Amino acid sequence: MAEFRLPPNSRIRKGKHFKAADGSGEVRRFAVYRYDPDKGENPRIDTYEIEIGSCGPMVLDALIKIKNEIDPTLTFRRSCREGICGSCAMNIDGGNTLACTLSIDDVKGDVRIYPLPHMPVVKDLVPDLTNFYAQYASIKPWLQSRTPPPPDQERLQSKADQELINEPAACILCACCSTSCPSYWWNSDRYLGPAALLASYRWLVDSRDDATGERLDELEDPFRLYRCHTIMNCTQTCPKGLNPAKAIAETKKMLAERRY
Amino acid sequence: MNLRSPLGQILGLGTAKDGTSHWWGQRVSAIALLLLGLWFVVSLTTMSDFGYAAVVAFIARPIDSILLVLLTVTIAYHSYLGIQVVIEDYVHAPGIKVFALILSRFAHVLLVTAAVFAILKIGLST
Repeated sequence: MAEFRLPPNSRIRKGKHFKAADGSGEVRRFAVYRYDPDKGENPRIDTYEIEIGSCGPMVLDALIKIKNEIDPTLTFRRSCREGICGSCAMNIDGGNTLACTLSIDDVKGDVRIYPLPHMPVVKDLVPDLTNFYAQYASIKPWLQSRTPPPPDQERLQSKADQELINEPAACILCACCSTSCPSYWWNSDRYLGPAALLASYRWLVDSRDDATGERLDELEDPFRLYRCHTIMNCTQTCPKGLNPAKAIAETKKMLAERRY
Repeated sequence: MNLRSPLGQILGLGTAKDGTSHWWGQRVSAIALLLLGLWFVVSLTTMSDFGYAAVVAFIARPIDSILLVLLTVTIAYHSYLGIQVVIEDYVHAPGIKVFALILSRFAHVLLVTAAVFAILKIGLST
C-alpha cells in the first residue's frame, strides 16, 4: 500500500556540530547529511562552521575544505569541478544541482546538503546509481543504422539536423532530473525517468539513426514513458539548463503521430 | 538477494506496447469536457429557477438530454482514466493494485449506468 513515512532506519537524527575556530572571520554553517552503512546507525545531520574568507566560492569548495580540514570521514563524489562530469550532483538548499557550479553566495542561511533524493545511499552524499545507469543502457544509447556508412567519409548531417540533437546530447547524466521527479521516486523500477528519456529522444531525432520505430516501440508502455505526468521538476532543476520535459512531450507526440 | 542483472531488472517483462491510447483518450476527453462543461455552466446560469419542475423540464428537452448523457459518460471515462493513473502511481502491492483497478472500473460503470438511466428515464417519459 502507499507509504507516507520514511522507513524507521531512514529517519534522520541530529548529529555532531563542528564550531569554527575562535577569531574566524565571516562564518557560514553547512548542514550535511551523514550516513555510514557499517555503523548500523540512522542517518544524521552534522553541522560544520566554515570561515568563508579562506574557502573557495562554490559549495563543492566548502565540502572539500570540510573533508581536508575538519572531518576526513565525509564522503562525496567529485571530479571535474566545472560542471561537465556530473559527479557532484546532490540536493543543496532543497534543489538538485551540481555542488561545483552552485555559488555559496546564492544560498541564503544555512547550506543544507543531502544526497540525491529517494535513491539508496552508499555513504553520506554518495547515492547508488546502478538502476539509473541500467535505465540509460536500456534505451540503447548508440547509433543504430541499417545504412552502411559511406566508405570514404563520415555520415553526413545537415546543420538543421545537428541542431536537433545539440541540446539533448549535452546531458551529462548527473541524475539531478530523474531524482527530482516524484513519478520517478514512486516508480523508478518501471518508469525510465527524464534522463533516460532525454537520452532516448536524442537518438529519436538523430537524422542518421534508422531505429526510430524500434525505439518508439520500446518506449510505448504505461510505465516506461507514460509515468511522466508533466510535473517538470526535471527541467526546473537541470544544472545544464536542458529541457527533458519537452523531449518527453515530443516523444509522446511522435507516438500519437504514428497512430493517425 | 537479487542476482538478476540491473539491466535485466529494468527490461523486466518488456513493454506493454500500449499507453498512447490511454494518454490520447485522457486528452481528447479533456477537450470534450471543456466544451460540455461550458455548455453545462451556461445552462445552469441561464436557468430561471431550480425547482423540481424546471429541472425535470431541462433534462427532458432532447438537446439537453443528449448533451447531459454525453457529459456524464465523458466525466466517467475521464475520471476512470485519471483514477487508474493514481492507483498505478501510488499502490504497489500487486494484489491490492489489481483489486483497486477492478473496483474503480466497476464503480465507474455502475455510477455512469445509473446516471444515464436516470437521464433517459426523464428524457423518454415526457
